[in-house]
Formats: sequence, structure tokens, C-alpha cells
Amino acid sequence: MPELGKYAGAVLGSWAVTLGLIAVLIALTWVQSRKARAGLDAIEARRKRKEG
Amino acid sequence: MSDMHRTKQARDRWNFLWEWANPVKFMWFSGRVLPWLIAATVISLVASLVWGFFFTPEAINFGSSVKIIYVHVPTATVAVSAWFMMLVASLIWLIRRHHVSALAAKAAAPVGMVMTLAALATGAMWGQPMWGTWWAWDPRLTSFLILFLFYLGYMALWAAIENPDTAADLTSVLAVVGSVFAFLSRYAVNFWNQGLHQGATLSLDKEENIADSYWIPLVIGIGGFMLFFVTMVFIRTRTEIRLRRIHALELRERMADA
Repeated sequence: MPELGKYAGAVLGSWAVTLGLIAVLIALTWVQSRKARAGLDAIEARRKRKEG
Repeated sequence: MSDMHRTKQARDRWNFLWEWANPVKFMWFSGRVLPWLIAATVISLVASLVWGFFFTPEAINFGSSVKIIYVHVPTATVAVSAWFMMLVASLIWLIRRHHVSALAAKAAAPVGMVMTLAALATGAMWGQPMWGTWWAWDPRLTSFLILFLFYLGYMALWAAIENPDTAADLTSVLAVVGSVFAFLSRYAVNFWNQGLHQGATLSLDKEENIADSYWIPLVIGIGGFMLFFVTMVFIRTRTEIRLRRIHALELRERMADA
């Protein structure tokens, strides 16, 4: 760990906020992507059953 | 060769670009590119962040607070670039009515909003010890705050309008209007010689540009955050295309059942 001195709070806070926001964005994107993929798979399967 | 024939040839030369506006082709292309994009994003982000945090020296004037630039400058750069990407995609929608471009603009907005919020927060955390205040109504800070509000408004407008084409039309107009503030956010420090915010961190002028020991990881970081933006937009656009397809299939089912 580098010596951050009197700016430790500002540096660590900035990095934590940025990485935290990015983590939330990735998690939301992943959840929405999975949900959409599962929804489309379900509806396509239902369609195939009806047609078949 | 007649002028008409030459114009047609020139048009045909650029037609391949519009093929990517086809949702099927976009899904095929993005599906193949995404693993490489994710790998490049992870490598460049990890390299720049580890280098910037652990292996850069303290600055004479700023001490260790200089390490904030490795999150502040790339997020601010992406925040502005994201709006310009949305502007281009929105203009393509307004002029050529390609649905994928409207969905790509919609997909980019939350990423741009998060980057703007990160830039505002890290700027405030840097400003407190350096300027003695978290916030000042400085031209660049204010235009960035307005840009953040534009992102929120843009996302709210998409959510508020049920008809997707009307939503795309209105949000595209908002993207055009908001680009003024995206432009101001980027260039305010260059033409408003007032306020607390210092000049550009990166410059082609060797005197003004930061030292190489800070510059190299910063440039890699900006590249990494840009790749992160493109990766997120690809994934989110794919999700939007799937949601649009679900909506269409559900409508078809309802009509068949009626």
C-alpha cells in the first residue's frame, strides 16, 4: 500500500466511489441482460411449441 | 462516367456501414466481438489502475492526491464522449430511422450518467483539500452538473413514453440540445478563463502536459474506460434489442389469441 499521507481520505474515497459505481453498473447490466435473454428464450420456446 | 453514376458509387461504398443497423447482423457481430472487448477492457483497466495507484510518485504540488486523476480524468472523458456518441446515434435515428442506433443511444445513457456522477464525486473529493471547498459554481463544474441532469432527463424521458418510436424521437431531440452542455463541459476551461478548475490535464504542448510517469498510465486508463464504455453499450444494446423482440412477440401472441 503506497503512503498517501494527508490525502488518504480523498484518494481512497475517490477510488472507492468510482469502483463502487462501476460495480453497480456492471451488476445491473448483467442482471438486465440475463433477464432479457431468459424472457426471450421462454417466449421463443412457447412460440415453437404452438407452431409445432 | 456521369455525375449520377459517381454519386451512386460513392453511396454504395458506404452502404456496408448501414448493414450493421440490422438487429440480426448487430447481434451476430457484437456476439463475436464482445469476448475480445471484455478481455481488452479488463487488461487495460487493471494495468492502468494498478500502475496509477501503486507505482506513480507523489506530485510536488499535489502530493498523493495526484492519484485521483486515474479515476477522475477517464470518467470525465467518457462522460462527455458518451453524450457525443448518443448525439451521433440520435442523428442517425432522426435521419435514417435505424432502430439499432436509437437503442444504442438509450443503452449508452446509464453508462454516461454513471461516469458523469463519478467525475463529479471524484472532482469534489479532490477539490475539498485542494481548493478548500467541495463545490464551486465554476463554468466546468456547472456545465458538468447540467450534463448529469441531462442524462437523468434523457433516461426519464425514455421511461415515461410508451411508444418506442416517439420516445426515440423526443430523446433524440434532447440529445441534440444536451450536446451544447457536453461541448461546454469539455471546452469550458479553454475559453472561460475563470473558475477554479485547472486547464486540460493532457495537452499536445510538452510544457503544459503532465510528466511521462503520470501520462502513460493515464492514457492507458482513458483507453480502458473507453473500451469499458463500448463493452457496456454493446451488452446493453443487445439487451434492448431482446426486449424489443419480446415486446413484438408478445403483441403478436395477444393478436393471435384475440
